[in-house]
Amino acid sequence: MPMTDQDGTAIWRRRTTGQSMLQWFGWLIGAAVFFYCWQQISEATTWFFVFDAPRIAADIWTRATPPKWEYITQLGRPIWDTLNIATLGTLIALCFAVPVAFLAARNTTPSALFVRPIALLIIVATRSINSLIWALLLIAIIGPGVFAGVIAIAIRSIGFCAKLLYEAIEEIDAAQVEAITATGASRWQVMIYGIVPQILPAFAGIAVFRWDINIRESTVLGLVGAGGIGLQLSSSLNVLAWPQVSLILLVILSAVILGEWVSAKVRGAII
Amino acid sequence: MSATELDTILGTRWRRPRLIRHPGLRWFLTVGFVVYLVAAFMTIEVNWARVYEGLDRGAKFVLAFATPDFTSRATDIWEGMIESIIMTVAASVIGISISIPIGLGAARNIAPLPVYLVCRGIVAISRALQEIIVAILLVAIFGFGPLAGFLTLSFATIGFLSKLLAEEIESMDPTPAEAIKASGASWTQWINFGVQPQVIPRLIGLSMYRIDINFRESAILGLVGAGGIGATLNTAFDRYEYDTAAAILIIIIVIVMALEYISGIVRARVQ
Repeated sequence: MPMTDQDGTAIWRRRTTGQSMLQWFGWLIGAAVFFYCWQQISEATTWFFVFDAPRIAADIWTRATPPKWEYITQLGRPIWDTLNIATLGTLIALCFAVPVAFLAARNTTPSALFVRPIALLIIVATRSINSLIWALLLIAIIGPGVFAGVIAIAIRSIGFCAKLLYEAIEEIDAAQVEAITATGASRWQVMIYGIVPQILPAFAGIAVFRWDINIRESTVLGLVGAGGIGLQLSSSLNVLAWPQVSLILLVILSAVILGEWVSAKVRGAII
Repeated sequence: MSATELDTILGTRWRRPRLIRHPGLRWFLTVGFVVYLVAAFMTIEVNWARVYEGLDRGAKFVLAFATPDFTSRATDIWEGMIESIIMTVAASVIGISISIPIGLGAARNIAPLPVYLVCRGIVAISRALQEIIVAILLVAIFGFGPLAGFLTLSFATIGFLSKLLAEEIESMDPTPAEAIKASGASWTQWINFGVQPQVIPRLIGLSMYRIDINFRESAILGLVGAGGIGATLNTAFDRYEYDTAAAILIIIIVIVMALEYISGIVRARVQ
């Protein structure tokens, strides 16, 4: 235990001198890195605009209120498209995520040496790249539209769902699997009666959770041209129609809250 | 199971229990879902000729991953990457330090009701607004550049981290905190010695995860002019320079993998 001697009495300290020096040095480096970063940001900023920001914000606020309510008649189709992008994207992603998850889980993978790393690579690669970037890419490949949005959401969700699902598969109770195997069940029967019932609640939870996230993401996919309400947002922003922008933001907000409410209800019912 | 139930079950064939027990609800959900799917597929317009034409461009992009071009746009990639990393670091530091007091305020068991309501309100607003939408508004207010991106990421970090921190504090063991309070500790001593030791491992884990998310998000903020690698990536896609785009995506994937690896080590050490 580190002690210091003060007038003949030993006083307890949490760290030795070396340790506290090391910690102090760590904080110093951290602070230096942060201030370097801040300086870089500050150099790239036109501070005049920042000092002017409250006035600009107030100006935008007066332009954006009240929202142009009659514009809502034109938002029905875009919000339906947004919902479709999220739902179909989630469904397609789940179709791919299930096999990938079974290949990636340590206890179900056919080969830990060859197949598992490939499955993990698919998971990392699809998960690290945002759906907006996938959308950009798909628009260049298959052209703008709702379809590109569906595929972008699907690709982005594969990694996310597969990761959560394979963690759930790795946590299953091995005793039940063993019991089914002991009755002489085939590989597929073990899968259906031993593994699937154990991960089904987790699967449903993941599906709804990802659907909720996808609703959020699909609202902005239109900014790059991949369909949905983001298209309207982008065109309204481009013509500086702030009353329309504020209405669209309100619609997006209520869609997001509705999605979260549904997802919370369903997950509450499952767990 | 009671005897009468057993009598009714005896002699009938065993069937797997369903995920949704109530048959009426199950059929309603299934039929509703099928109807929705049909409607969704009917309304999605896919230009298959365009998709078919795009396929060889898609193949070109996949091939570009084999021969990524890091050199011809090296300075653009380098500058964009550095800006993304700088935004991530600065936003994570500021976001995490602001979200700790808000997280404390949003925990019902340690905060009085007015503080709780205000903090929960901040968390709800921050979580409901999509990063990219916040970025659009902030770019309109503060002008182009990394400052808008930095503010967006900080704001998003607050919603994410405060909510999870508050949930962690609410589910902590109240005994140590009560014991500290009973010894006559002041409010700061109570937080420091009663609450903080219980939640700090989770806070560190969540912070690492959030840094990871912030980096991924910083890659798309450039699409709306908020600084980072996104602008370079967008240009690369627009000019059909798939090899440069592939190089950027590979760098993003590698950095995300490295961050996940580091956060795995850190989380294993603190828990």
